[in-house]
Amino acid sequence: MTVSGEKVKKTRGRAPAKKTRAKATAKTPRAGASRKEEALVLVGTMKGAFVLRSDKSRKKWKVEGPHFRGEAVYALLHDTREGRSRTFAATNSMHWGPTLRTSDDNGKTWSEPGPQTVRFPAESGRALAQIWQIAPGRTTEPNVFYCGVEPAALFESRDGGNTWEPNKGLLNHEHQPKWQPGGGGLCLHTIVLDPKNPRRMAVAMSTGGVYRSDDGGKSWRARNVGVRAQFLPEEHRYPEFGQCVHKIVHHPSRPERLFLQNHWGLYRSDDWGDSWHDIANGVPSDFGFAMQMHPHDPDTVYIVPIEADVFRATPEARLRVYRTKNAGASWHALTKGLPQSDAYENVLRDALTADSFDSAGIYFGTRSGKLFASRDEGDSWEELADGLPPIVCVKASVAGAA
Amino acid sequence: MIRLELPKALCSYADENSSLVLEGPVGTVGDALVALRRKAPAALDRIMDEQGAVRRHVNVFVNGENIRFLDGLSTPASDGATILVIAAVSGG
Repeated sequence: MTVSGEKVKKTRGRAPAKKTRAKATAKTPRAGASRKEEALVLVGTMKGAFVLRSDKSRKKWKVEGPHFRGEAVYALLHDTREGRSRTFAATNSMHWGPTLRTSDDNGKTWSEPGPQTVRFPAESGRALAQIWQIAPGRTTEPNVFYCGVEPAALFESRDGGNTWEPNKGLLNHEHQPKWQPGGGGLCLHTIVLDPKNPRRMAVAMSTGGVYRSDDGGKSWRARNVGVRAQFLPEEHRYPEFGQCVHKIVHHPSRPERLFLQNHWGLYRSDDWGDSWHDIANGVPSDFGFAMQMHPHDPDTVYIVPIEADVFRATPEARLRVYRTKNAGASWHALTKGLPQSDAYENVLRDALTADSFDSAGIYFGTRSGKLFASRDEGDSWEELADGLPPIVCVKASVAGAA
Repeated sequence: MIRLELPKALCSYADENSSLVLEGPVGTVGDALVALRRKAPAALDRIMDEQGAVRRHVNVFVNGENIRFLDGLSTPASDGATILVIAAVSGG
């Protein structure tokens, strides 16, 4: 069979801009030392992605978008390893499915989607539904990337994101048939790497819980001791696996100490997930989705408590970010500049983030399309945008100005 | 010969083609779609998932009939047939 084509009539100004799919290698455009730094905030929504940029002062922002109009954008990443400046977006059309796009100019223009590169093998019987997370490899592995996807699986690229392979240890894990989808689907949404030990990493999924590998991803052990599963009968509330973990964070200077926001429960582990203990000290609810590590202080973590699974809104209709500066011994509400009445908001698991400036910027987006920012590590906040589509992902970075 | 009509949303995945002519023997709608992989693999990935199933919110018509109500991808596509790919009702 041969195939010939008939060109579509182009309508001036309406056809999508075509852009060659560039190969990502260590030779991709670099943010050289001579280029000015800019704050880059990538916002993924249910109807496209927005890009906000500002100079280092972060006082005035330029908002661009939506890119990928009508497509959900659950995962974004700006990679700066080895001076690279490449941005990834996981887009998902309700009609035409999920794909990965890249940008080499800090999100101004994006590649057209090529053939689907993140794909399950035929023998798995599974098909990609959503890319939930794009994570860079270690700084010592500049062309390594990871994707966490739905149905729950981990993919790895060793060539800068051009080709991807599923992690077979997880794909064929004996627990896999018993993992159950949470409200958002059966997703692997969190990838945590040990910067010191290249053979150790952890992932989290809803629902399945936390799994850790100590042999470079060949085998995985459930690491959920002490994490409760409120949705199970009382006598089964602490299973080996099956917890609905919403997010894990850690600081690279103390990689063994993990913080965990659970579907009911706020925990810390000091031994790479071997055991967990409760740190819900002074929060209005231990239910929530989002959790963010301070970029410079290993004792400081941010969360946004949510009232309950059956009422996913900020407690008392007050939009409060909670911050601990002592690794969870106590938490304090951050409210300056945030609405403290009639604020029935929700902040999803990847919608709270931080930049890496000396005075860290903290950012979060809500399901109602509001985007807030703090230039002073959470002490005070301002609204950067309102009326955006529902926000599912916010990622901040310091980029070389393109 | 089979004519395959693509929606505007997929033309950019197929070198700006809105209509493709498939020459040679084609047995079924599934055969015709798989033949698309040679010319426009990215377009096929948008129509079918990696397990070879038509995506949930995509409809495929052969000579005006929705294959969901015929024999799916096994629906015969005889010489001269027109296959239309169209976005199904969906949104939010």
